[in-house]
Amino acid sequence: MIKVRNLRKRFGHKRVLSGLDFQVAKGEITALLGPNGSGKTTLLRILSSLSRPDGGEVYVGGYQLPQEADWVRERVGFVSHQPLLYGDLTAEENLWFYGRLYNVSDFRQRTASVLEMVDLQRRGADLVRTFSRGMVQRLALGRSLLHEPQILLFDEPHTGLDQDSVRMLNDVLLHMSEQGRIVLVTSHDLAQVANLASRFDVLSRGKIVASVKEEKIDLDRLLMFYREAVRRRGGERL
Amino acid sequence: MRNYLRTVITVVWKDIVGEARNKEILTSMLVFSLLVILIFNFALDLDVQAQESVTAGVLWVTFTFAGTLGVNRSMASEREGGCLDGLLLVPVDRSALYVGKALGNLLFLLVVEVIVLPIYSVLFNVNMLVPGFLLVVLLGSIGYIAVGTLLAAMSVQARTRDILLPILLFPLAIPILIPAVKASIGYLEGYPGPWIMTWLNVIIVYDLIFTAIAVILFEYVVEDWS
Repeated sequence: MIKVRNLRKRFGHKRVLSGLDFQVAKGEITALLGPNGSGKTTLLRILSSLSRPDGGEVYVGGYQLPQEADWVRERVGFVSHQPLLYGDLTAEENLWFYGRLYNVSDFRQRTASVLEMVDLQRRGADLVRTFSRGMVQRLALGRSLLHEPQILLFDEPHTGLDQDSVRMLNDVLLHMSEQGRIVLVTSHDLAQVANLASRFDVLSRGKIVASVKEEKIDLDRLLMFYREAVRRRGGERL
Repeated sequence: MRNYLRTVITVVWKDIVGEARNKEILTSMLVFSLLVILIFNFALDLDVQAQESVTAGVLWVTFTFAGTLGVNRSMASEREGGCLDGLLLVPVDRSALYVGKALGNLLFLLVVEVIVLPIYSVLFNVNMLVPGFLLVVLLGSIGYIAVGTLLAAMSVQARTRDILLPILLFPLAIPILIPAVKASIGYLEGYPGPWIMTWLNVIIVYDLIFTAIAVILFEYVVEDWS
């Protein structure tokens, strides 16, 4: 479970998260929605241990951040705006590299199965710098799943993906959720997450301003809910 | 300990494979070094004795600038594609990441030195294949890279990193460059052993202290640089 209480974070004079309370349960996919600059990426960076909170309490998988960051890192798979991949290594080499760092047993076999999962098995020996944006994003997804994490934090994972890849990503996330993993996805594209998530939280100006829990929510209804939430808070429009 | 070593080796392996493909670091360091020694060779129209006395200084200036280029480029490659975030996400001792990066940087600098030294010997007509002198080059490079890698990790986060790194690094490197130049002169000009040993000891102490400091501080330097 992810549990955040009164989380605060500022960069210089700019307050990005201001007393945020938030919770994600096991086995459900939560979509964190919000306009640009609302604090989604900052929240995910804190949950992944990449960034330190200024105040408040953060528990990820039962471990407190930043005190128990190593335990959290073992259990978190993170996809960010950037692929976190080396262009001068092949897809296989990138996964081997991370596999060894994550101490994945039999990392070569695991690499092969991850490449198959993201449909890149035929490009495993190619340099990542020769990949299209969508392929890089798929490989980034594979990298995040390499060590079989219990908690998946995906920041705008649909960016750059074609329709087939979006379907593949959503299938993977649904499968992970069915296995009892915690899945948190940020997006400002409601259409991509409407059929994926079962809970929707709207983040605006550093606070969760509205939440709704509903499987297979209608896109129009989600859009209305989102606009109303952001308008109430006085945030930017979508 | 096994995990620590595995992390170090994996990071070094990644740097070597990446460099073998793009040759960015070695090429820039090598071309720069050769240009510097050529310029000095033409600029300092010296007799044999004078050449011997400036050799050590010219060499360390060359290695210092080339080393700065190397560590800067090496750390910049981690920033591309957010790879430093990828490293910081793995549940390993962050000092192992530092040691891996530093060893990779040291290896690249040593490769450049192995190529540059014979060329320098020919151009300046000075025999540099003196074991003691080579030991000074090795120890001096270790200390310089130890500090350089730490400061490169710090400065890579800044927009002005290309300027910032030399500004931070050179003042901190002076305590190793002075003894390195002195010990090099000692070996090349046949000074007495105790005189050389004094400077060699200073280099060793610098290596130990600054490597330890860098290993401890690296975690804080890379912390929360979003």
